[in-house]
Amino acid sequence: MRRNVLPGLRLSLGVTLLYVSLIVVLPLAALVFKAASLGPQDYWQIVTSSRALASYRVTVLAALGATLFNLFFGLALAWVLVRYRFPGRRIVDAMVDLPFALPTAVAGISLTALFTTNGVFGSILDSYGIKVAYTPLGIMIAMCFTSLPFIVRTVQPVLEDLDPALEEAAQSLGGSDFAIFRKVILPLLTPALLAGVSLSFARSLGEFGAIIFIAGNQPMSTEITALLIFIRLEEYDYQAAAAIASVLLLTAFLMLAVTNWLQARALRYTRRS
Amino acid sequence: MKIRLDHVVKTFQTFRAVKDVSLEIESGELVALLGPSGSGKTTILRMVAGLEFADGGHIYFGDQDATDIPVRDRGVGFVFQHYALFPHMTVAQNIAFGMEVSKVKRDKAAIQTRVAELLHLVRLEGLGERFPAQISGGQRQRVALARALAVDPKVLLLDEPFGALDANVRRELRRWLREIHTKLGITTLFVTHDQEEALDLADRVVILKDGHIVQQGTPEEVCREPKSAFVMKFLGDANMLPAEVRDGRAHVDGAVIEVSGIADGKAELYARPVDLDWAASGPGIPASIARVMDRPGGRRVIATTGSGVPLELDLEPERAVKAGDTGYVTLRRATVFAA
Repeated sequence: MRRNVLPGLRLSLGVTLLYVSLIVVLPLAALVFKAASLGPQDYWQIVTSSRALASYRVTVLAALGATLFNLFFGLALAWVLVRYRFPGRRIVDAMVDLPFALPTAVAGISLTALFTTNGVFGSILDSYGIKVAYTPLGIMIAMCFTSLPFIVRTVQPVLEDLDPALEEAAQSLGGSDFAIFRKVILPLLTPALLAGVSLSFARSLGEFGAIIFIAGNQPMSTEITALLIFIRLEEYDYQAAAAIASVLLLTAFLMLAVTNWLQARALRYTRRS
Repeated sequence: MKIRLDHVVKTFQTFRAVKDVSLEIESGELVALLGPSGSGKTTILRMVAGLEFADGGHIYFGDQDATDIPVRDRGVGFVFQHYALFPHMTVAQNIAFGMEVSKVKRDKAAIQTRVAELLHLVRLEGLGERFPAQISGGQRQRVALARALAVDPKVLLLDEPFGALDANVRRELRRWLREIHTKLGITTLFVTHDQEEALDLADRVVILKDGHIVQQGTPEEVCREPKSAFVMKFLGDANMLPAEVRDGRAHVDGAVIEVSGIADGKAELYARPVDLDWAASGPGIPASIARVMDRPGGRRVIATTGSGVPLELDLEPERAVKAGDTGYVTLRRATVFAA
């Protein structure tokens, strides 16, 4: 190993590796091991059961919807917080972290109270024939709530570091505001947006507490995968729970791998030749 | 395109950055705005570009009042100190940017041809596919210039264009910018705090201090006839000796020099290091040598006069002097300002 000037490499590396093994790798390995103990046929039957498939569908679609919404709203929020100075900006900025800090169950209960047909928002939406609570839309809204900070907090620092001279240069070259946003700002934000999207999506896939209150939890329609896993656990069917969990795990991994790859591609311009 | 600034004022919050500046830049001229930091030179440049709006006064491009025209419609090329290249675009894409977003539609082939021309002009053929992070600082600044020239600007504005480069690259780019200017004849205004750069490059130098123009003229005029002690000091190393003017003559410790147009009384005498000489015997200003610094072109001597004023002298390389010598400083020429 190369000599390092900074002290404490062995100790710190040892401690972190041990910690990562105990907290992250070991449980995941146990999960995979448990799921694998089923044998391929049983495993396949459990993970492709119609109830499981329906749960993937509603979870993934709602997570996609929530992530897409947050992509736009999170970018807009980050933009406003970075670009403009207005009274209350710091309060808004602090509130962005609320979904992180708030217990998800509290969020779930508040959202349910707001969106049931006699709630503040729910009653208005109901008069237009839109039902939110106990529908996939409610699941999506709960996911939006819990995953919003990811996009805001990944985009914000990049936006803050953006050199104003880049935009001035683009203006002096005759670029319209829209052209500058599309050709200069957006490409520079893309890596951060991708990072935020992948985190937001992964979080939405796994969200439990905020959703179960508002979702209605009807098998085949509003039952999310995380809840199905929980139900299997309650039935002491650990193997089935592990099998379904392994699907979520794999999806999250794939998602992270794909976004990492996209991010590396989007950042290839920073590499020196 | 001729540029005219007419009583231009700019205030940032409470700070008056530019105070009533009037200036004319002839078509095809290369003009330097020279001044220390905080003198308002960059603010003036940015107002000409349209990146800042003047609080008072007018800016004319030719006969057109450009004061309120936004930057994107002003038709200026702007080169930033830190290049401001788009990091996610290749060199060729950077240069093509202005043509691509322009309201004047050009087809792809025309843009490519123009990019190739510009790459040739800035001598960066073969680097079109590199990203800005993959080329040197000097190359980046040349890309920035090519990008600015791509939109056929009426005026070229450069903000401390070589400020972030090493001395050698800087000199080379200076000469090269002069060549490009000669070739294209485009009206050019650039900002610098480096007197050497301004004097080397510009047809005319505008010297600023605290938001005012203190003097303007050709490099020869400002060097030979500085109108104030500030200009004298700012343009290069200068020694100051307190003097006394009586009957058209300035008296310093042991030297007398003819002056004109200065009233009797206290005055300041300024002399460049090359304007001073050293002699072992008088007449002259008695002094002793504190230190000798050798340079490729000669010897810089630091001497202290009898009354304790430190002076810097430039002597020929052959001169045998050393620290501790005593002798006399003589004046070849000097400029006197009333104190």
